[in-house]
Amino acid sequence: MSIIVEQARKQFGDFVALDGVSIEVPDGSLTALLGPSGSGKSTLLRVIAGLEKPDSGRVMISGGDATDVPAQKRGVGFVFQHYAAFKHMTVRNNIAFGLSIRKRPKKEIAERVDELISLVHLDGFGDRYPSQLSGGQRQRMALARALAVEPKVLLLDEPFGALDANVRKELRLWLRRLHDDVHVTTIFVTHDQEEAMEVAGQIVVMNEGRVEQTGQPNDLYEHPQTEFVMSFIGPVNRRGAMFIRPHDIELLHVPAPEAEEAMIERVVNLGFETRVELLLADGEQLWAQMTRAEADLLELVDGQIVYVRPRRAKVFEPNGDPRTEELASAA
Amino acid sequence: MAARDRLGKYGLRYFALGYLTMLLLIPVGMISYRAFEHGFSAAWSSVTTPDALHAFLLTIEIAAIAVVANTIFGVGCALLLVRTKFRGKALLNAIIDLPFAISPVVVGLALLLLYGRTGWFGSMFLDNGVQILFAMPGMVLATIFISLPFVVREVVPVLHEIGDEQEQAAQTLGANWWQTFWRITLPAIRWGVGYGVVLTTARALGEFGAVAVVSGRISGQTETAPLWVWREFGQFNTTGAYTASLVLALIAIATLLAMNSFKRKEAS
Amino acid sequence: MPRLGGAPLGRGLVTAYLSVIVLIPIAALVSKSLEGGLSGFWDSVTSPLALSALKLSLILAVIVVAINLVTGTALAWVLVRDKFPGKALVNSVIDLPFALPTVVAGITLLALYGTNSPVGIDIAFTRVGITVALLFVTLPFIVRTVQPVLLELDREMEEAAASLGASPFTTFRRVIFPNLRPALLAGTALAFARAIGEFGSVILISGNLPKTQTAPLFIFAQIESGNTEGAGAVSVTLLVIALLVLLVIGRLTHWSLRHGR
Repeated sequence: MSIIVEQARKQFGDFVALDGVSIEVPDGSLTALLGPSGSGKSTLLRVIAGLEKPDSGRVMISGGDATDVPAQKRGVGFVFQHYAAFKHMTVRNNIAFGLSIRKRPKKEIAERVDELISLVHLDGFGDRYPSQLSGGQRQRMALARALAVEPKVLLLDEPFGALDANVRKELRLWLRRLHDDVHVTTIFVTHDQEEAMEVAGQIVVMNEGRVEQTGQPNDLYEHPQTEFVMSFIGPVNRRGAMFIRPHDIELLHVPAPEAEEAMIERVVNLGFETRVELLLADGEQLWAQMTRAEADLLELVDGQIVYVRPRRAKVFEPNGDPRTEELASAA
Repeated sequence: MAARDRLGKYGLRYFALGYLTMLLLIPVGMISYRAFEHGFSAAWSSVTTPDALHAFLLTIEIAAIAVVANTIFGVGCALLLVRTKFRGKALLNAIIDLPFAISPVVVGLALLLLYGRTGWFGSMFLDNGVQILFAMPGMVLATIFISLPFVVREVVPVLHEIGDEQEQAAQTLGANWWQTFWRITLPAIRWGVGYGVVLTTARALGEFGAVAVVSGRISGQTETAPLWVWREFGQFNTTGAYTASLVLALIAIATLLAMNSFKRKEAS
Repeated sequence: MPRLGGAPLGRGLVTAYLSVIVLIPIAALVSKSLEGGLSGFWDSVTSPLALSALKLSLILAVIVVAINLVTGTALAWVLVRDKFPGKALVNSVIDLPFALPTVVAGITLLALYGTNSPVGIDIAFTRVGITVALLFVTLPFIVRTVQPVLLELDREMEEAAASLGASPFTTFRRVIFPNLRPALLAGTALAFARAIGEFGSVILISGNLPKTQTAPLFIFAQIESGNTEGAGAVSVTLLVIALLVLLVIGRLTHWSLRHGR
């Protein structure tokens, strides 16, 4: 089921949460709404769910106008950041809730609940209460609960935000695999660009209530349309009007055309990756990123003088498309 | 710990506990003594007279009605205060707290003036043969008034604390407002409601001043247990008065125990 | 987030319930009490008996609140900071005056400190007796408002004060007390309102003497003798005093919360 939002506007008092947002989510896709806090991504998600009504604009779900349809009738599954588990019900009853509301026969409900418990790997936990589960388990239960009523769309609001870092990583992959199996149109909200890049097939980057850019992860990384997108997705150095990725900074031991003189302030070894913090002649700082092997080859030392130049940089003209400057080819 | 600190600590403890003992514990212990002063059977027969039994029954009936009414009102009003937006919440809160500020005899007087022969609603009811004053309805109205705030006041903070995300989740799963309320909200607030109900019950059972004014204290008809106790004491039937007081005190202690267990369940 | 679609209906029902139960009766009270005009009202309130009853109620309420400030804080302190066997029991007993019918409270106090007192203390028919009854019924208020605040209080503040050289008394006065102030004010308001309006426990101890007739007892006597105007005037006065005190203390609490903490 595809989702189309047209020119949604939403204001809370003086604060404009959504400033004319339009997005298209293809059927069966896994889309991320990515942005910093206050960008409007959660509000947009809630508008799609029917938990908020937009001041103006439309929400279309599989071709039908759902703008005035209440949340109960939209057929959306929603997963909250803090789980919203029904604390007084067991895991089984939580998952069964949507089905028992619809007065399905008990046998059918029991079967479906068993299916879902297996799907989310909570076998054996059916009779526990949410307070007896870990955060990650609670969130898996919440997902099972949302999926139980076979929603047309699955919406997740910062689903892994309340979890430990390694649980987060684990569940990210798990969500990706789940989507491969279940194929429900899924939209999730996150402020973590790594998460969006890793999980989503399509990313909508939002900032201050507006959509900055929509596209596949690679697209956004390689061809950012605005400064904001480039800075938000992936690390970036700024040199005048040029935006340079750290791994596009070339280090040389001898002067070369287009290369500037710089001193190595610090070489930081992070396992596979090495970072080199550089101080340029005019006092500005850059950092370069390379593999350990590359760094070893260069034999870099703190305090050394080197010559740096960007292999590739982006310039964002105020009026017009961003320009990519391809400079000296790599050795 | 320094000797001076220890003196301070023990001094404070015995001061506080001593005060409590003198004011509360010993007096309550005394009524059991007085009740059984003339033997157990004398005590028993004094509280099982028809008038006495009727008084207890009446008290329970009135309290039951008041508790049910104020619980339904309390939960609904709490939902209104916490889950909806409107102007005048401060005013509503002030009105709900009014029963705490008003003397029970003043409540009784207000009802007398409203439903009496020259009152605004007086003729409306009396002309149709409905007795409000000196009868059950008036006593129920008085009891509802003075026990009004408890359920609301206990449920409001609980509603705040649990937040409304569970309710939102229920909505996305297709539940309508009744299903959400009955299956999600109510279970989540049940200990707060329970505690409020217990407080309301205690207050309603023990009500004296308002009912004394409004009931006419007609023996055998409109006398509640506290009123009966008063009458017996005034007529020097002290055994009856003390025994009934003991019964009421035991009910109060049972109420306390219930309060405690609800408070603990609420906290967990 | 507003979720109840039936909110206007709910508001209507709540308003109707409160009107029938609370607002209309109070309105009738005020209206009927002013039937003799403001001068009639004034005459009723300033009659010698009425004035002495009001004065007695106010003075006793102030005394009782003052005592409760000390004993209530002490009890709350002991319950939160101290450890001794039976503490849980003591904690539940504090609520007894809430649960006990007021007339029973009066009888129990008379049993011990009345005419047939086993310990030889007879305060029946005295103002002291009334004061003791009021202390009984107002016992829980300050204890229960102070307890949660003491529980939440950050011990580290006191430890910091101690490390800077403050004595326990100074620490209490300058670190703990300011944080307790809003709770003390709230408890005071509740205790005061309860004390001036108390009826059931006082009626037995007072014995119907003019010198021990508090305002509620006066009101009751006037109702019994058919003088509903006099009763009404003093009732309205009592209510206004209670509301004023609640209002003033409410403001003070608000101020205290903003500055003291």
